[in-house]
Amino acid sequence: MSTIAFPGAPAISRPFVDRVHEWLTTVDHKRLGILYIGFALTFLIIGGIEATIMRAQLVVPHNDLVSPQVFNRMFTMHGTTMIFFVAMPIVFGFANYLLPLMIGARDMAFPRLNAFSFWLTAFGGLLLYFSLLGASGLYGAGNAPDVGWFAYAPLTSQTFSRGHSTDFWTLSLLVSGIGSIGTAINILTTILCLRCPGMTLGKMPLFAWLILVMSVLVLLAVGPLTAAQIMLTIDRYLGGHFFDTQAGGSAVLWMHFFWIFGHPEVYVLVIPAFAIVSEIIPVFSRKAIFGYPFMVAATIAIGFLAVAVWAHHMFTVGLSSNANTFFVMATMAIGVPTGIKIFNWLATLWGGKILFKTPMLFCLAFLFQFLIAGLTGIMLSAAPFDWQLGNSYFVVAHFHYVIVGGILFAVFAGFYYWFPKMSGRMISETVGRLHFVLFLIGFHMTFDFMHVPGLLGMPRRIYTYEPGRGWDIWNLIVTTGVAFQAAAILVFVSGLVWAYFRGKPAGNDPWDAWTLEWATSSPPTPYNFAAIPVVRSRRPLWDLKHPEDPDWKYDQ
Amino acid sequence: MNASPTTMTAGELKWELPTRGHVGMFALIAGEASIFVIFVVAYIYYIGKSLTGPMPREALEVPIFFTICLLSSSITIHLAVKALRRADVRSFGRWWLLTIALGAAFLYGTAREWQRLIYTVGLTISTNLFGTTYYSLVGLHGFHVVVGLILLSAVMAFTFLGHVRHEHTYRVDVLSLYWHFVDAVWVVVFTVVYIIGR
Amino acid sequence: MSLIRVASLVLVGLCSVVTTASAQPTPSLLSPTNIFAPVSTPAQTIHGLSLFVLGVTAVIFLVVFSLLVYAIVRYRNRTDDNAEPPQVYGSSQVELAWTVIPVLVVVALFMASARVIATIQKTARPANAIDVVAIGHQFWWEYRYPGLKVVTANELHVPVSDPANPTPTFITLLSADMDHSFWVPRLAGKTDLIPNRKNETWIDPHETGLFLGQCAQYCGTQHAKMLLRVYVQPRAEFDQWIQEQQQLADTNEAVSEGRHIFESTACINCHTVAGTPANGTFGPDLTHLMSRDTIAAGVAENTPANLRQWILNPDAIKPGARMPAMGLGQHEVEAVAAYLETLR
Repeated sequence: MSTIAFPGAPAISRPFVDRVHEWLTTVDHKRLGILYIGFALTFLIIGGIEATIMRAQLVVPHNDLVSPQVFNRMFTMHGTTMIFFVAMPIVFGFANYLLPLMIGARDMAFPRLNAFSFWLTAFGGLLLYFSLLGASGLYGAGNAPDVGWFAYAPLTSQTFSRGHSTDFWTLSLLVSGIGSIGTAINILTTILCLRCPGMTLGKMPLFAWLILVMSVLVLLAVGPLTAAQIMLTIDRYLGGHFFDTQAGGSAVLWMHFFWIFGHPEVYVLVIPAFAIVSEIIPVFSRKAIFGYPFMVAATIAIGFLAVAVWAHHMFTVGLSSNANTFFVMATMAIGVPTGIKIFNWLATLWGGKILFKTPMLFCLAFLFQFLIAGLTGIMLSAAPFDWQLGNSYFVVAHFHYVIVGGILFAVFAGFYYWFPKMSGRMISETVGRLHFVLFLIGFHMTFDFMHVPGLLGMPRRIYTYEPGRGWDIWNLIVTTGVAFQAAAILVFVSGLVWAYFRGKPAGNDPWDAWTLEWATSSPPTPYNFAAIPVVRSRRPLWDLKHPEDPDWKYDQ
Repeated sequence: MNASPTTMTAGELKWELPTRGHVGMFALIAGEASIFVIFVVAYIYYIGKSLTGPMPREALEVPIFFTICLLSSSITIHLAVKALRRADVRSFGRWWLLTIALGAAFLYGTAREWQRLIYTVGLTISTNLFGTTYYSLVGLHGFHVVVGLILLSAVMAFTFLGHVRHEHTYRVDVLSLYWHFVDAVWVVVFTVVYIIGR
Repeated sequence: MSLIRVASLVLVGLCSVVTTASAQPTPSLLSPTNIFAPVSTPAQTIHGLSLFVLGVTAVIFLVVFSLLVYAIVRYRNRTDDNAEPPQVYGSSQVELAWTVIPVLVVVALFMASARVIATIQKTARPANAIDVVAIGHQFWWEYRYPGLKVVTANELHVPVSDPANPTPTFITLLSADMDHSFWVPRLAGKTDLIPNRKNETWIDPHETGLFLGQCAQYCGTQHAKMLLRVYVQPRAEFDQWIQEQQQLADTNEAVSEGRHIFESTACINCHTVAGTPANGTFGPDLTHLMSRDTIAAGVAENTPANLRQWILNPDAIKPGARMPAMGLGQHEVEAVAAYLETLR
């Protein structure tokens, strides 16, 4: 598997150093995709350990497993790692791997920029963790940032965050942000310029449309974060006053800038999850996706609205009632296109022949869980309700429901679905089901019950809590769920490794699917397609397999 | 191995997509624009909010001449690209050099203004909100001018060495888009800082 | 189908249990900070809206959940052949229907929310309201009653409000350092305290008692221990408390040694004791320290042992608190504590 899979070529084993060098200098979108995914999985484990430490500390009130200083670093690092060095890279990894294959191209538009973007992201991740060694924190040598992943001013000013831990946060995200912008430019250009003949924008896989919208959001959203971080660094090192309340600066301005990034960011994370399930659900329902044009329109609507809702993260800040009302309206409005997507997936299942393979199991769980996550989001969008629920464990439960219950489940589905294409081997269904069941139990134990302490007044980011508030039993259950999730991840990773070496050969098209990536070998050759395909409908392989009833005969 | 998923031949289809250089550059411009927007918003938000120190009205002198230099450089770079398109490398070289000179003049003007502001007026980035927002906004733009000049100078060097020919029009055109963006940003910055903000 | 029926029954059962349990009027059943047990007008208004929102979302959930379960069960693959089902690409009518209905739902939810926002944020301040200025500090709360000339810390006293003749308390929220958030769930939704910004909230409690909360915006190491205690008292008791707080500090010759240590070391740089040279403002006002049930913003009970431990080494009780250990010897700690214990 570590040799280039040229069909018919003898398997030559090259020296290890050469193979490593090949991976380090690759500009092949498939290899970069795998690098992104491997990088993200590593940080998923690290972020998970940070979460475990937090949950262990919170299992009982007045626990002293870790000091408040360590706990505060844990939630900062956990949030920053999971968003920037797990979720974004994994999404970019899948996009990088699949897009050229799906649109019939040989590679991304700018292969070298692709490599550069990946290495910037990787370097950003290393830089963040170097803070454990290199920063001089408030309480002694070397330490991680502890200002929360959204680093509100003026906590991040030199006055309150001495030493360099905050700077590691700022710089690592600045660097990986540039990487993200590079990837977004690449994706946009690839989709607009490299589609194979016949593949109009209306004929490309829904996955491609959603990734297109995502990359536009990245271009619009990462800039504000970069700008805010430059401003913060100017404040910290050049005596600037952007967020210096003593000089008339505004702490709220940081919040606006951060959330102008932060809200579109969560759509950057979830839209690829939509993209994955939009490819998998049709295949395992044996039907085309229902309402393709409406799915595209809904996604574009989500893209537009995503940049107009940011201050729903700031309902408690004391904005005027007019401002609050506007953001309630915009946030509730974004629920409509999102709901439409759920209905379209439901309609895809309807009348189909549902196969309960592992990718589909994860997608079905996604549907239920994303529904719940969306509804708790609606609750939070009603500003007065948010005045109670905001900044509490209800919010933490809500966003983990989206990110873990929605995005991570979709990513797992994507793994089981496309791993055969990437490696030429199937992951065992038994492993997949075990992983699914364990993770489902663990997820629900932790995140269903996490809503309750929020309803009972428990704020977030506290290293311990008072007994007698009625929060104890819920925290205990929440922590217990972690064990199941950890076990599930263990099963998953071992399953991946075992499958890589010993899995059943997959062949080109193990799932009997319909998009172009399944027309290549598994794994594809470096050049993807011997001849650039010419397509006539959204499902070129369906047309080939059903010449008596091809898609292009029907107006869609 | 590679099933050919075609149901018709490429010859039947007229298939033209946008060029990736232009699309890529527009995408980069969009990303950069979103950074600038935030600095502009911060500048506008803090107008009149400085607690102390030199205020825009007393501190700033409107840099009309150097603005004209920068904006004309958009015209000259456009003429340069047009020249290369009709394979007139000599004219291309001349207009390109003039663009660089105008850009450099703009930078010189900025440097002179900053020297006056710092040493005569006493305005630095840490003086007050006006200082912070002014230097960061104008500085961010100036940084982009510097990057642009470096790229333009690289092309200039290649031209002197005889490596730039008619077939490179496309690449030079894409680069000129970046330069136009830098000029467009200056229009916004100029309006916000020297007209609205005073 | 019976599986679905059982599942739905279980679900409905769970929902009713949770809702009824959390809507108990007496808090001891679930939590003293239960947002579903409001006792004050703004919290009650929010509660009403929350029930409406929960009801709507519950209906949506049940409908979509049932459809999903039905689809998965009904359309599971039951045959071994490779025949594909009929390919349905879409339907404009259906899309229209499930666009219009959510839009209507959103409009209803939006109007309800807008009304409550206006009700709470635009409430006029009646003439007989109590005015409090709350200033957030890293890890403690400063309270000033400007009209009544009272300055205290960490334990807020307000009069109970009779719905027929309301006497709400309007709280101006300021911050001395960074972002904090004032959250006492049974009294009101939370509002942040932001430096260089004046925010306002109000409470209108209808029941007497002690209501708990805590800072709800991460503000540093001891964010978790910036606890809130709001004492809602009958009017007469409140007036009595105000009167006591307005007095200058007692002077007692028996503790002059402790007072001398207090006034000649760095204590007075941070703390105020009214009527003495101590007029620092970085730390809590100690003039009536012994009138409080707790110290260190609710972290420890105000007992002799805790007081001495706090003076000796604050980090032992609240690691990361802004008060440094002053390096006092055992005897000096005892003397200072004895002095502080006279500040009633």
